[in-house]
Amino acid sequence: MKIAVLVKEVPDAAVEKRIDGSGRLDRSGEKNLNPYDTHAIEAAVQLKEGGTIPVEEIVAITAGPAGAERALHKAVSLGADRSVLLSDDAVAGSDVIATGYALAKLLERESPDLVLLGQQSDDGENYTIGAVVGEFLGYPSLTQVVKMDIAGETITAERQAEYGYDTVEIDLPAVISVGDAINEPRYPSLKAIMGAKKKPLEKVTIADAGIEADKVGAAGSRIDCGNFTEPPKKSGGTIIEDEDTSATVEQIVAWLDERKLI
Amino acid sequence: MAGILVYALTNEGAINKNSLGAVSQAAKLAGELGTEAHAVVVGNVDDAAAGSLGEYGAAKVFRAKDAPEGVSTPAVDVLAKLFADNDYDYAIFGGGLLGFEIGAGLAARIGAGITAEVTGVKVEGGKLVAQRPILGDSLISESNYKGKGVLIGRTNAFEATKSGSAASVEDITVELSEQAGKVRLVKRGEQRGADINIEDANVLVAGGRGLGAAEGFQLAEDLAAAFGGGAAVGATRAVVDAGWFPYAGQIGQTGKTVAPKLYVAAGISGAIQHKVGMQGSENIIAINKDANAPIFEFSDLGIVGDVQKVMPALTEAVKAKKGS
Ligand SMILES: Cc1cc2nc3c(=O)[nH]c(=O)nc-3n(C[C@H](O)[C@H](O)[C@H](O)COP(=O)(O)OP(=O)(O)OC[C@H]3O[C@@H](n4cnc5c(N)ncnc54)[C@H](O)[C@@H]3O)c2cc1C
Ligand SMILES: Cc1cc2nc3c(=O)[nH]c(=O)nc-3n(C[C@H](O)[C@H](O)[C@H](O)COP(=O)(O)OP(=O)(O)OC[C@H]3O[C@@H](n4cnc5c(N)ncnc54)[C@H](O)[C@@H]3O)c2cc1C
Repeated sequence: MKIAVLVKEVPDAAVEKRIDGSGRLDRSGEKNLNPYDTHAIEAAVQLKEGGTIPVEEIVAITAGPAGAERALHKAVSLGADRSVLLSDDAVAGSDVIATGYALAKLLERESPDLVLLGQQSDDGENYTIGAVVGEFLGYPSLTQVVKMDIAGETITAERQAEYGYDTVEIDLPAVISVGDAINEPRYPSLKAIMGAKKKPLEKVTIADAGIEADKVGAAGSRIDCGNFTEPPKKSGGTIIEDEDTSATVEQIVAWLDERKLI
Repeated sequence: MAGILVYALTNEGAINKNSLGAVSQAAKLAGELGTEAHAVVVGNVDDAAAGSLGEYGAAKVFRAKDAPEGVSTPAVDVLAKLFADNDYDYAIFGGGLLGFEIGAGLAARIGAGITAEVTGVKVEGGKLVAQRPILGDSLISESNYKGKGVLIGRTNAFEATKSGSAASVEDITVELSEQAGKVRLVKRGEQRGADINIEDANVLVAGGRGLGAAEGFQLAEDLAAAFGGGAAVGATRAVVDAGWFPYAGQIGQTGKTVAPKLYVAAGISGAIQHKVGMQGSENIIAINKDANAPIFEFSDLGIVGDVQKVMPALTEAVKAKKGS
């Protein structure tokens, strides 16, 4: 079996995310592999190690700026065997549909049996790439999966939806986005970090992947996002730094008392 | 007729409250656009339940009885067929996991633009403009659709309001795609853990991953007990998924929506999916050791501290106060 893992480079969690002058996310600061995607890589590695089904290869794939190479190195250090980077100016500014289309084209070149993704990106937070990619590939898809059991050509997956936990069977090839409760991603070893840069990283352009230029980028997107405004601020609450706990709880009790909550 | 189609999520034949909100919102927008809002249900939903969508403003309700409810692809097939036959401009979903999946699949299939986590919609120049919070709710962004549009509402963003009377229900038959057979619901809505009631509590002490372990929930139980009758304990998805707390006590997007007089969030980061289920609480206290945790942005009283220290002391102080 071949597993493709879709990964994204996002601003590091410590960076305050903001919109730049051109109305796009400011990506100039520190960047990192989307933390949710480490769960997808770990899930792939566990399938490989689990041995229920032979996994020949794990390929990490991203569409992003040239610098996204670093996110791929990290993905490889976490267990991917090689990686593919679609970096082409024509793709910049793609919406969910255009991004999903481009990723599906990259996946078609690989024909994986299983495509894994994170539950959400830390920057766009659209939760929808998995379903879009599945639709373009003609593969069934599921999101927010927290448990996967594989038997032959079928995965039995569990996830939480609005009425409780659902169990769903899905036939391969399939697209599955995993929830962050599915596993505890391991830390890469120093050796894996050092070795990551030596593993194959293929850089492709839209022409290489057969992506039609007019279906990607801002021009190929179906929406224009803009007119950013600040939401009405909730008047800031009182903050107490707990230094002396007995004084802290005294203040909390007084606060509760004032509001007749006790 | 260019109109708006709403997918109404159902479970055992009952319509989801967020779907009723989506129908109400669509009806209001359709009025402004001078068109109609229609709704569609999938699976075994009786005439009364399906028709009741009319009370929330749906001019017409479609029902695809033979398509299975609970997984996305069959519903994508149904909605795509309705789009092909009726020339709708927009599809609106009340959110929910299936709403995201069906909305995304539909948008990809029909070439529509997509906006998730929509909290507001306005009409401009005869078109819908969707508003959604971005970057940890620090900004609101507006989506302008170049053509057709899919709008997926944030949980509890659209209020269900009655505006009409029961609608006629039209049964439709849709030939399902090959993909639809490749994903099959085995079990739906399994309740994991004890059946506890948190919706009627006037004080809720909710615990998150910051409680450290299942045993950490004792801190929350003790504080709730100190508040006495009417207090209960709730939790985040992270700890329910981890098996630390029953699903029935989960608050948020795929759990319960609560609005107690007092909400104490202990070791909870304040993710959006949690916030949507508790932001209506009258008073919110958060205890978190990370001063930058998002929960502090919507708390009335924030304690930057360790739950292991603050909670036991607070429990004692509340007991002492109640005893005095
Ligand atoms: C603040 C902001 C708001 C946006 N709002 C919208 C909007 O309303 N509508 C819209 O159509 N677009 C929007 N976009 C654009 C959209 O985020 C991008 O198209 C993005 O590449 C895909 O969406 P996501 O990252 O939100 O995906 P999600 O669906 O949240 O990501 C799920 C998973 O998909 C995979 N993935 C996502 N992107 C890539 C990638 N480039 N390469 C490889 N794997 C990937 C990862 O595994 C990730 O964990 C927005 C972008 C930003 C920064
Ligand atoms: C489709 C979807 C649906 C979802 N539905 C829900 C839902 O219904 N409900 C829900 O809650 N979530 C839901 N989530 C998950 C949500 O996004 C978050 O992952 C989750 O709420 C995080 O839970 P948490 O706050 O317990 O954990 P974390 O985000 O890990 O936060 C733990 C917090 O504890 C603090 N902490 C750690 N140790 C201590 C200590 N000793 N003292 C004090 N503070 C400490 C940390 O600083 C941190 O802020 C959903 C997500 C998705 C994508």
